[in-house]
Amino acid sequence: MPLAVWLADHTIQNVVAGAVLLGLVSGVLGSFAVLRQQSLLGDTLAHAALPGICLGFLLAGSRELGVLAGGALLTATLAALAVQALVRFSRLKTDAALGSVLSLFFAVGVVLLTFIQGRADAAQGGLESFLFGQAAATLRSDLWLMGGVTAMALFLVTLFWKELKLVTFDPLFAASVGYPVALLETGLTALIALAVVVGLQMVGVVLMAAMVIAPPVAARQWTRRLEPMVALAGLFGVAAGVSGALISATTPGLATGPLVVLAASAIVLASLLLAPERGLLWEALKRRRDRRALADERLLATLYGLARRHHDPRYPAEQGMLDAYHGVGTRRVLARLAGLGMVRRVVHMPNEGAHWELTEAGQRRARADLSRAEAD
Amino acid sequence: MLATLLADPGLVIVTTGMLVGTASSLLGAFLILRRNSMLADAISHSIVLGIVLVWLLTRQQSGAVQLLGAALAGIATVALTELLTRTRKVKDDAAIGLVFPALFALGVLLLNLYARDVHVDQHTVLLGEIGFVWLRTMPILGHEVPQALVWLGLVTTINASFVFLLFKELKLATFDPALAHALGFAPAALSYALLVLTSVTAVASFEAVGVVLFVAFVIVPPAAAYLLTDRLERMILLGIAVALASSWLGYLAAVALDVSIGGMMAVVTGLFLLAAFLAGPRYGLIARLVRQRHQRLHDECLALAVHLLTAENQGEHPRKPLTDGLAWTDARATRVLAECRRHGLVRDDAAGLALTAKGRGAARALLEPWRVEPG
Amino acid sequence: MGRALERGARRGRADPAVNTSAAAATEPLHEPALALHVEDLTVAYHGKPVLWDIDVNIPPGVMAAVVGPNGAGKSTLLKAVLGLVPRTAGHVTIHGAPYRQRRRQVAYVPQRTAVDWDFPTTALDVVIMGRYGHLGWFRRPGRAERERALAALDAMGIRDLADRQISQLSGGQQQRVFLARALVQEADLYLLDEPMAGVDAPTERAIVALLQGLRDAGKTLLVVHHDLQTVSDYFDWLVLLNVRVIAQGPVEKVYTAEHLRRTYGGQVALLQREPRNGALGAETAPRVEA
Repeated sequence: MPLAVWLADHTIQNVVAGAVLLGLVSGVLGSFAVLRQQSLLGDTLAHAALPGICLGFLLAGSRELGVLAGGALLTATLAALAVQALVRFSRLKTDAALGSVLSLFFAVGVVLLTFIQGRADAAQGGLESFLFGQAAATLRSDLWLMGGVTAMALFLVTLFWKELKLVTFDPLFAASVGYPVALLETGLTALIALAVVVGLQMVGVVLMAAMVIAPPVAARQWTRRLEPMVALAGLFGVAAGVSGALISATTPGLATGPLVVLAASAIVLASLLLAPERGLLWEALKRRRDRRALADERLLATLYGLARRHHDPRYPAEQGMLDAYHGVGTRRVLARLAGLGMVRRVVHMPNEGAHWELTEAGQRRARADLSRAEAD
Repeated sequence: MLATLLADPGLVIVTTGMLVGTASSLLGAFLILRRNSMLADAISHSIVLGIVLVWLLTRQQSGAVQLLGAALAGIATVALTELLTRTRKVKDDAAIGLVFPALFALGVLLLNLYARDVHVDQHTVLLGEIGFVWLRTMPILGHEVPQALVWLGLVTTINASFVFLLFKELKLATFDPALAHALGFAPAALSYALLVLTSVTAVASFEAVGVVLFVAFVIVPPAAAYLLTDRLERMILLGIAVALASSWLGYLAAVALDVSIGGMMAVVTGLFLLAAFLAGPRYGLIARLVRQRHQRLHDECLALAVHLLTAENQGEHPRKPLTDGLAWTDARATRVLAECRRHGLVRDDAAGLALTAKGRGAARALLEPWRVEPG
Repeated sequence: MGRALERGARRGRADPAVNTSAAAATEPLHEPALALHVEDLTVAYHGKPVLWDIDVNIPPGVMAAVVGPNGAGKSTLLKAVLGLVPRTAGHVTIHGAPYRQRRRQVAYVPQRTAVDWDFPTTALDVVIMGRYGHLGWFRRPGRAERERALAALDAMGIRDLADRQISQLSGGQQQRVFLARALVQEADLYLLDEPMAGVDAPTERAIVALLQGLRDAGKTLLVVHHDLQTVSDYFDWLVLLNVRVIAQGPVEKVYTAEHLRRTYGGQVALLQREPRNGALGAETAPRVEA
């Protein structure tokens, strides 16, 4: 299919638009969840949307996304409150509270799902698609709803940017300057519930957790400030959403959720490895560079010291002696330094193997290293 | 007796649920105490990839190979999570949330692509089909026994022996891993063993209850038990009791309402948790609120006693009204005074409020515990 | 006293011994001469008392140390002043008014370990956060806040680290960032929770110099401090705390062997060192065993 025709396709347009909205809202709001070390709250809220979807269906009698989303928002918020209540008023720790609420709300959803199926309504066919998402079923009217929710969430984050940032970084200080910390934290949780609602159609309730976690983790790798991190998380979310949704919409039989999640995971993997400064590859290279620089410095210092002791700036040192001095083979270091023009191989006593002397550049560098070490 | 059991699908279903619940609760108690509950969630999702891969390689839908595949998937999940955490670029909760969705998504995708006709479709994976377990049977001692019962029976036995034989070691490794390590009990190995058994239990259970509801069976019964007791032994036994009762009641409710049996069993475990949360004798919400209220009044009484003692030590009566210095409202001050009088801590003398001997003793015991005579 | 009783008795249901004072409600300022006035404060956490009926009075323009053993309630005292923990009894005024009305005159430096230093933000950004309380809702920090923050970083000697990601700072540098954040709050009263814990010697010197400079400029400081040996060098006011206030006042009056023994119980060993200020008997200056 030519690209132009393909892009003109209504379904494709809807899918792309939906994926953009989902990626944007989950990336932005997920950033706060990940930084507050509440990554798995998104998982619980997403699973807890299932009973809400079913209740919405029972109420509306049809697969009307507006009502289903309302139900989802309601039960997801209830789940957040349940987690909070269990942690605050019982001896259960956060992990047990999250796991219990997640599985129990989902169980209620399963019961409601089979209840609906038991009524043998023809219209119930679509509900199970909310488990893994079905991007191709996105309607124009759905987009309006998702767009509205996204716009509202982004507006609130922009409006309260300063407050949300401080509460996420240093809640104690925020409280001391008079911020209503509990209120702001509850607001953030409610916003994550909103993100989950946007994701229902695209990724489904089971895998939504990854959309809240993966883009922010990837974005964190590339920047040192919150503003670009949140923007980048939104962008990564969009990239994962669009690529996953397009593959799903054009390949029959593949659920959207898993594809989007795998795309997001790939972005995380690449970011963890490749990002400058924080990337693992980058760190490994830096460690190697540092190790080499240290070896160079130490070898030059040795040569310089020998030269000084013998009052001969070009004192030829035997390689075997240098090996013994440093306890390791110095051949590679010497070769590297020779390449840099810091040392020069000389023939001193032909029977005794290779000898090395400092060049002018090598002496300068050794002096500079030495005086810097003294200054420290 | 076996024949009667096998002839009754209802009985088979309830037994299946009970075995899932027992096997899971045995491990769940430790997972909760080690704060690893969400790792159980992660593992139960990841085993799907193990199941699909093993099926693609061997075309075996169940049996020992599948249990092995699950164990490997579980280990992979835990190892990958630890690897991510160790880079120190990702916090541990985010690491869990990165690993299991990726593995699960891969598993579901492979199902979509290659395994559409097998029984492990995505519906079963997620929701389970406990109602159909009695259909697939294998011959044992001349009886046609449902496969799920056989495998779950085996897994329950393994878990029970694991917990029974290594109880002391598990207990120590859970409460004080450093000491366990120092004593040579290899807490890391125990931890892995626990998580491998969780994976194996998950794979034996998922056909019946699905991967998400399995999480309910692992975490919720021990969580409810944890709110009821302080003893580890009792916590495990109570957890199993909750799981057994939930399976039976859940089955009855599901049949009556004609809804998902596995789902209903999980919902009933939730009701037990809710009951324990609200009405638990010691850690329940109601008991806690009552105690807190009582504790607050008690603290306030002692605050008043100490306040009066401080004034007494300075040779004067309280300089200021209580509402002023202590910043109590009239109502609060009145309530505290009434309580203090009831316990005989304060009395009124000519100049105003004063401590009784008992009140003075109570305040002294707080401030100068070293001066109080023993006995 | 008697009149207060009668006043209480007239107010219907209230217990006469409550001593309701109608005047207290209308009185605009309470101990206005004191920078910080804590009266009859009791804090109980989950039934365990942390502070028992303590009075703390800090006059303006002093640099005061709060010293006491672990679990003595030092951090809790600061949090109770800021209203971050519920009070069982007692009240707090700052320059004569409750904290709510004095919020902008108070700067708080939490313990360095209270935040996640891997948070994606720069040193400058953290310092700007000190202006958030003054900005109020919705308003964004702008050029003026940036300038102030840079000046504060300069005062702490780390202006060149302004754009550094905070995870790349050393412990001492992180503490300086926190102090810079307190500086831009432009407060009258500074509450600092262990600012010298785990920092290198140059940082400790820089922090002390800064705090003393603030005091000399007429500000009041209340510092939770862990090192008994430096108390008399750094501070001019001392509050000895162990669940209750053992002693408080000018360092030279309060820093005595008897007081320290009562604060630390049996944990105090004798110190050989000659005390600087003569308040201690030559051979009995105590120190806390590590």
